[in-house]
Amino acid sequence: MNLHDIIISEIATVAKEQGKTLNPLSDDMALAACGLDSLGFAILVANLEDKLGFDPFATAEDVRYPQTLGDLVRFYHDAVPA
Amino acid sequence: MRQATAAPVPRMSLRQHVAGAAHGAQLFAAAGRIDLGTAAHSSWLTGADAGPDATVLLRTRDQHDFALALLELDGRAGRLIICPPDLTAAQAAAVMAQHGVTHVFDDATMEGLTPVDGVRRLALRALPQQADVTAPACDTQWLMFTSGTSGPPKLVAHSFAGLTGAITPLAGADAVVWGTFYDVRRYGGLQMLLRALTGGGSMVLSQTGEPVAAFIARLREAGVTHLAGTPSHWRQALMCPDLTTLKPRYLRLSGEIVDQSVLDALRGAFPGVMIGHAFASTEAGVAFEVNDGLAGFPAAWLDMPGKVEMRVRHGTLHLRSGRTASAYAGGGGALHDDDGFVDTGDLVQQRGDRVYFAGRASGIINVGGAKVAPEEVEAVINGVAQVHQSRVHARRNPMTGSLVAAEIVALPGCDEAALRAEILQACRAALPAYKVPVSLTFVAALPMSAGGKLERRHA
Repeated sequence: MNLHDIIISEIATVAKEQGKTLNPLSDDMALAACGLDSLGFAILVANLEDKLGFDPFATAEDVRYPQTLGDLVRFYHDAVPA
Repeated sequence: MRQATAAPVPRMSLRQHVAGAAHGAQLFAAAGRIDLGTAAHSSWLTGADAGPDATVLLRTRDQHDFALALLELDGRAGRLIICPPDLTAAQAAAVMAQHGVTHVFDDATMEGLTPVDGVRRLALRALPQQADVTAPACDTQWLMFTSGTSGPPKLVAHSFAGLTGAITPLAGADAVVWGTFYDVRRYGGLQMLLRALTGGGSMVLSQTGEPVAAFIARLREAGVTHLAGTPSHWRQALMCPDLTTLKPRYLRLSGEIVDQSVLDALRGAFPGVMIGHAFASTEAGVAFEVNDGLAGFPAAWLDMPGKVEMRVRHGTLHLRSGRTASAYAGGGGALHDDDGFVDTGDLVQQRGDRVYFAGRASGIINVGGAKVAPEEVEAVINGVAQVHQSRVHARRNPMTGSLVAAEIVALPGCDEAALRAEILQACRAALPAYKVPVSLTFVAALPMSAGGKLERRHA
């Protein structure tokens, strides 16, 4: 699975666990509109860290928060350890 | 302690503050806007006998009704017990019995409280005419819940002076509209509400479960000038493109450890806007505000004389000030040591000329401003058959500061995958979502201290 699909699949898993209804996802969708709340995003980042082995929020030099799903995927993509 | 009724009270009531607001104090709620000073929207509590001898339990679903009830009861009722939204009916009933509650204010949607003989119910009603604005009959005492360790929640008693002591009058003649991501029924949020109303400002209240984007739209509509939240609130807001359409003059962070990255992100989003972070605790009151844009606080502030004195003992920050809560209510023990200092329970570390916060000595986990006692989660996990022992600790998280994580010692020969699912199911059934462990690790054994206690680990 590529990074994009892993992130989408984890979003779906967290939404299901948290009993949230997920809106149809697209890359230009605002993250705030996808259906996860603050706790949901926190769990998403933790689960992705377990799965991928890194947390770009902890390592990024300049923390500019991703605002769309596409931003989030790029944010993770740019942080993949070389 | 009941309040004396005869002596004049040397302060204004909340209603007096609101009536005297130069720009007209308003409350912006999801349901609409209320002019707090005018007749048309004035409210009154039925059961107006809630006087200086009354102890009123305030338990509402809606922050807006809560704020209106506060306006009515401050300076009239002797004691107000302020319930956070997640207090269970059983916990509320225990508090009612333990603290001699005489009146209950709860909105109609709250269920689960069994009527108690002799306890009267208050309700909000619209009044046909302007409510009287009178001086306070008593210096209402405010009782708030603190996150204890395991067991029933503790109440901490505050005076109005203590709650508003760190509030400096707002400079300038422009109208001030405060907004807060906090719930005003918790300590940080109540501080904000009192700051707004005693300063002659207006307030935009959030609503439980309201999407951040919708709240930001309401903040924009209300023309918010001062906006407050926890670092977790701000991180979430920074993910909303609309955040930067707001034109605030002041941003404030408190309630969690403030790191440099969230301060830098806010400065990037709001160039030139004043950004401050404050340290406060339910027990110790507001201690200080830091406005230099840097995380932590200057080490030079330690061991200095002043209104708020700070020192570090055994790795935790101790405070002495007139604003510290006087005591746990109902004989929960003294808060102060012999010198009058209060242990905040916050671990601190000095690096260079700066002091940084490093978590809670008790192991209490702060998930986006909501507190989780490890013992409470361990009790649920330990209740699962096949679990021998567990230890719950904080796992660092960039969104909420921390999440809950657990280590499990399983009985020999069990199926770990099945046990993992069973533990999560038990936690989800018994605990709110933020207390459910996000990760479970199986370990062979857990370290014990010389005294035979589970050794806590600090993040």
